[in-house]
Amino acid sequence: MIEFHLDDRSGLSPYLQLVRQVRQALRVGLLREGDQLPTVKAVVARLAINPNTVLKAYRELEHLGLVSARPGVGTFVTATLADASFAAHDSLRQDLRRWLADARHAGLDDESIEALFVTTFRTTAHEDIA
Amino acid sequence: MTAALRARGLGRSYGRLWALSDCTLDVPAGRVVGLVGPNGAGKTTLLHLAVGLLTPSTGTIEVLGGRPAAGPAQLAKVGFVAQDSPTYAGLSIEDHLQLGARLNPGWDDALARDRIRRLGLDLTRRAGKLSGGQRAQLALTLGVAKRPELLVLDEPVASLDPLARREFLQDLMEAVAEHELSVVLSSHLVSDLERVCDHLIVLVASRVQLGGDIDTLLATHHRLTGPRRDPARLPADQHVISASHTDRQSTLLVRTEAPILDPAWTVDQVGLEDLVLAYMGQSATDRRDAGRPPTLEVQR
Repeated sequence: MIEFHLDDRSGLSPYLQLVRQVRQALRVGLLREGDQLPTVKAVVARLAINPNTVLKAYRELEHLGLVSARPGVGTFVTATLADASFAAHDSLRQDLRRWLADARHAGLDDESIEALFVTTFRTTAHEDIA
Repeated sequence: MTAALRARGLGRSYGRLWALSDCTLDVPAGRVVGLVGPNGAGKTTLLHLAVGLLTPSTGTIEVLGGRPAAGPAQLAKVGFVAQDSPTYAGLSIEDHLQLGARLNPGWDDALARDRIRRLGLDLTRRAGKLSGGQRAQLALTLGVAKRPELLVLDEPVASLDPLARREFLQDLMEAVAEHELSVVLSSHLVSDLERVCDHLIVLVASRVQLGGDIDTLLATHHRLTGPRRDPARLPADQHVISASHTDRQSTLLVRTEAPILDPAWTVDQVGLEDLVLAYMGQSATDRRDAGRPPTLEVQR
């Protein structure tokens, strides 16, 4: 079972934050097929949010084909987002760590590293489309 | 589905002073409605009209399809917790529960006692000896155990510390999830309501400035930043709520159903708090200009 949290300053609506947290958990294998999501009442009681917000998030996840609701029982995960590429995460993470160490060594601070990553990411994403 | 709240041209005056004017509202049932506005805007007047403590000077108001406080059946459908969670200081919690049971035909005693037990409150304790948060919880318990279809709460969290506030709203939302209540609650702080409400009414200087489902409100308002421009030259379907300019740049908050196509603008989403403040600021500007502020309603 996962536990939701909300960030009031994220700029994302609460319902999108819930959807994103489930997708995230599915992607890193924290949630697997057959797992149950917290009940609406439990989420509401924990986060002090509107029940309709939770229902909307769960409906969206159902629409995405990731979960299905069994009336009177709960909402269960029916798919996974941790696909075949999941296996490559470890070695990619090591490469990234090495790269980050290089960047720090070259004197880049956190903000510069982030800026460099984001601009490069955008440029290559752009090239891939073009 | 019957509307939780329906007002047409509703107004209430005290002598020559209008506490609420020309209020037209449609709130569907099943919503948690936030009624927001500065102190003295007319929030309490509107809530008192909804529960029948006041009668309209002009216009009409319908609550769950009936006239407020029209008879026992209507009274049983609506729960009301007034400002500062009034309780009887000299009476114990047990006394309050028995009073609730005698006065309300639909009283759910098991629910009331279960809530008091979960709150860890001692039944023999007098209400006057409770903390502010506990008193608010006791008042909420009485309101929920009445098993109303609509629960009206006037500034329920204003006097509570952040922890008590969170606990109160958690309990309220749990009750909404469990009993499919409609709720109207007022506050002068948007941040109190952002998580719990799905419908918003902004009341400023006795008038409704904005009303609608929060998702719709957020989807139809945008912040535009770009090279300086006269707001009067925007497309006709973009209504400017607020505008500020430097010598080079304009920042506008606009309401529109259509997408913003002009590439000169950087378009950003607007948070609920900024949105509400823009409408409040707009009404202040309009009053200075001696014009009557327009009543805006975003349709679904």
